Amino acid sequence: MLDSTLVGLHHEEEHHPELLHHFADAQQQRDSASLGMWIFLGTEVMFFGGLFCAYLIYRRWYFGDFGAASKSINAALGATNTAVLICSSLTVVLAVWAAQTARRSLLIGSLVITMLLGLTFLGIKGVEYKEKFDEHHVPGASFSFDHVPIPGHPDQYANPRHAQIFFSLYFIMTGLHALHMIIGLGLFAWLLFMAWKGRFTPEYHTPIEIGGLYWHFVDIVWIYLFPLLYLIDRHP
Amino acid sequence: MSMATTTMQPVERENYLNKEYGALSWLFTTDHKRIALLYLMSITFFFFIGGFFALLIRLELLTPAGDLVQPDTYNKLFTMHGMVMVFFFLIPSIPAVLGNFLVPMMIGAKDLAFPRVNLLSWYLYIIGGLMMLHCMLTGGVDTGWTFYTPFSTAFTNTKIVEAGLAIFVAGFSSILTGLNFVVTIHRMRAPGMTWSRLPLFIWAHYATSIIQILGTPVIAITIVLVAVERTLHLGIFDPKLGGDPLLFQHLFWFYSHPAVYIMILPSMGVVTEIIACFARKRIFGYSFVAFSSIAIAVFGFLVWAHHMFVAGISIYAALVFSLLSYAVAVPSAVKVFNWTATLYKGSIHYDAPMLYAFGFIGLFTVGGLTGLFLAALGIDVHVTDTYFVIAHFHYIMVGGALMGYLGGLHFWWPKISGRLYPESWARLAALIVFLGFNLTFFPQFILGYLGMPRRYFQYPQEFQVLNVLSTAGATVLGVGYLLPMIYFLWSMRYGKPAPDNPWNAAGLEWKTTSPPTTFNFEEEPIVTWEAYNYDELDAPRKEGVPIAR
Repeated sequence: MLDSTLVGLHHEEEHHPELLHHFADAQQQRDSASLGMWIFLGTEVMFFGGLFCAYLIYRRWYFGDFGAASKSINAALGATNTAVLICSSLTVVLAVWAAQTARRSLLIGSLVITMLLGLTFLGIKGVEYKEKFDEHHVPGASFSFDHVPIPGHPDQYANPRHAQIFFSLYFIMTGLHALHMIIGLGLFAWLLFMAWKGRFTPEYHTPIEIGGLYWHFVDIVWIYLFPLLYLIDRHP
Repeated sequence: MSMATTTMQPVERENYLNKEYGALSWLFTTDHKRIALLYLMSITFFFFIGGFFALLIRLELLTPAGDLVQPDTYNKLFTMHGMVMVFFFLIPSIPAVLGNFLVPMMIGAKDLAFPRVNLLSWYLYIIGGLMMLHCMLTGGVDTGWTFYTPFSTAFTNTKIVEAGLAIFVAGFSSILTGLNFVVTIHRMRAPGMTWSRLPLFIWAHYATSIIQILGTPVIAITIVLVAVERTLHLGIFDPKLGGDPLLFQHLFWFYSHPAVYIMILPSMGVVTEIIACFARKRIFGYSFVAFSSIAIAVFGFLVWAHHMFVAGISIYAALVFSLLSYAVAVPSAVKVFNWTATLYKGSIHYDAPMLYAFGFIGLFTVGGLTGLFLAALGIDVHVTDTYFVIAHFHYIMVGGALMGYLGGLHFWWPKISGRLYPESWARLAALIVFLGFNLTFFPQFILGYLGMPRRYFQYPQEFQVLNVLSTAGATVLGVGYLLPMIYFLWSMRYGKPAPDNPWNAAGLEWKTTSPPTTFNFEEEPIVTWEAYNYDELDAPRKEGVPIAR
């Protein structure tokens, strides 16, 4: 950090209203907030990591059954959702840029579009869940996955118990992801409120930056979920 | 800046304790020192609850017959003892109390990087604690603190989900504390406080925080999976439905083995500070001690399956995990050797904190070496799930972590409370704790080696003598724990006012007032000296010349 030859910092000089008392300057506050968010995302990686680990083990154990179960999910809806989320990442980056360069209406517009895209994602997800519900693919008492052939082995049927593990993981993983989206929407609603009140300036826009980091993280989780859950065994 | 004053200061000077009064000024405080005291009170409460369960367990084991409680009650007693002690006492103990109080002060900061997050972490702890209390009062859990599947998900009728959620919430409190420490240590150091000048207490907390950050989320998702499986009857861990109970054990121990290092690493940091101060010497091999903390944190993540040698993992995996478990002994031994080397030719003072530090070194060494027995595949098969394991991990967690915690509490008590504790009572208590501890747990090594299994509420006649010794030791130990609580409380009112630096110790926390002001330092410190500069501190006394600084 600082060398021993440096004299103490005189933080009384500049005092931005958003600068908290225990920080020496705005730079230190911004760096702390950003590092804090990165570490939090590290914990999130480990949180989802346990699920990915479970997925990989069962995918290897019940290879064909997972292929059959995966094929029953609507990949077109998943692909649409992937596109929606990638677009929302773009609007988040625009929001950060707008905050840095003091473009207030662009900032508000980007935040609104991001939230609309997030809601679209959740809506499509709902349609997908409805389909699974109608097909009795929700794990539980009414679960049924009988006489579904294993891809590449038309004479063999998938084991419903093993397919149920796939659907359990599918609902837990996408459900937790959706929960993170909902939390992100709450976060962005607060950012929108603050932006509307004109609280963000080129000097102070840390919340937009770290909120954006969170949103990108949730997008990246989806980038991994989509191929693992939707695209296995899609070859003709 | 060289104000190593030993003069008496008037107590009424404004400090963090007397700045504001009233419950609200505590419940809504963002001062890291006040939050540390909130934690101190809450974890002491849970320590005595966990201790109460331990007392009942030892009373039941006084006689071979199961005559004090029902078998089901006994199952709940050892489960709740483990859950309360691990998740609500040991894991938060040193980081949340001493770490919270000292990390900002030791690096010359006014507060942690995120004071409000710090308060949030205390509230999460309290919410988790209340859920755990409610769970205990309405029936408790009987699976053992490990809540292994499928027993926990498909068979037991006790309150698994509620206890799991309590641990889930408390886990986030632990994550937030770790996150706060890492950001604070990276971003908030005073000018001149370089990484190589940090007290080793800070290095130990940095390593601990890494484990809290990377390990705790895994137990969180594991608990979610257990809760979902139990409520919705999914088959993720249930072999009857195609799931894998070993997966649960892998995920559980991926956190719960490193969690042992969450308990012991901060204690090692405390002991390092104490030994340097009471041997009046620079720590031998500073960078080795610092990086051994990091090494323990890293290796700690690679050894979890040594809890599963008899659970049916492949022999090749077992070989690798056995070897890696031995690797943890290397950085641990580096620490023990460096502490001993620091003592060599030191000017040793036998004050109460130092007695605890000595106790720590001895007991940790016994606990660590018996850990190597358990890491050896052949011996582990013989002693798995016996009292040998119980004795081993109590030597680490109670003999190690708890001794360090008590030593640290004594060492920094003058700074925390602004009062001196009664030294002779404290030395007596340290002695009682050491004797009581060994009397309680050493017989358990023998019991385990002879084959007495853990978690049974009755046992064959021939084990009675050793069990009576153990129960007698637990009584002595209980007295040893009650004493400090009594004289600490006493000293808050009747203790002599503490000078700013009663031990003439190095470290920034001793250069401010006792107790410190809300922002810790009158003016921002600038560090121009190395850590543990005891040779410089003691120079005027030895040679009668003023310090050069």
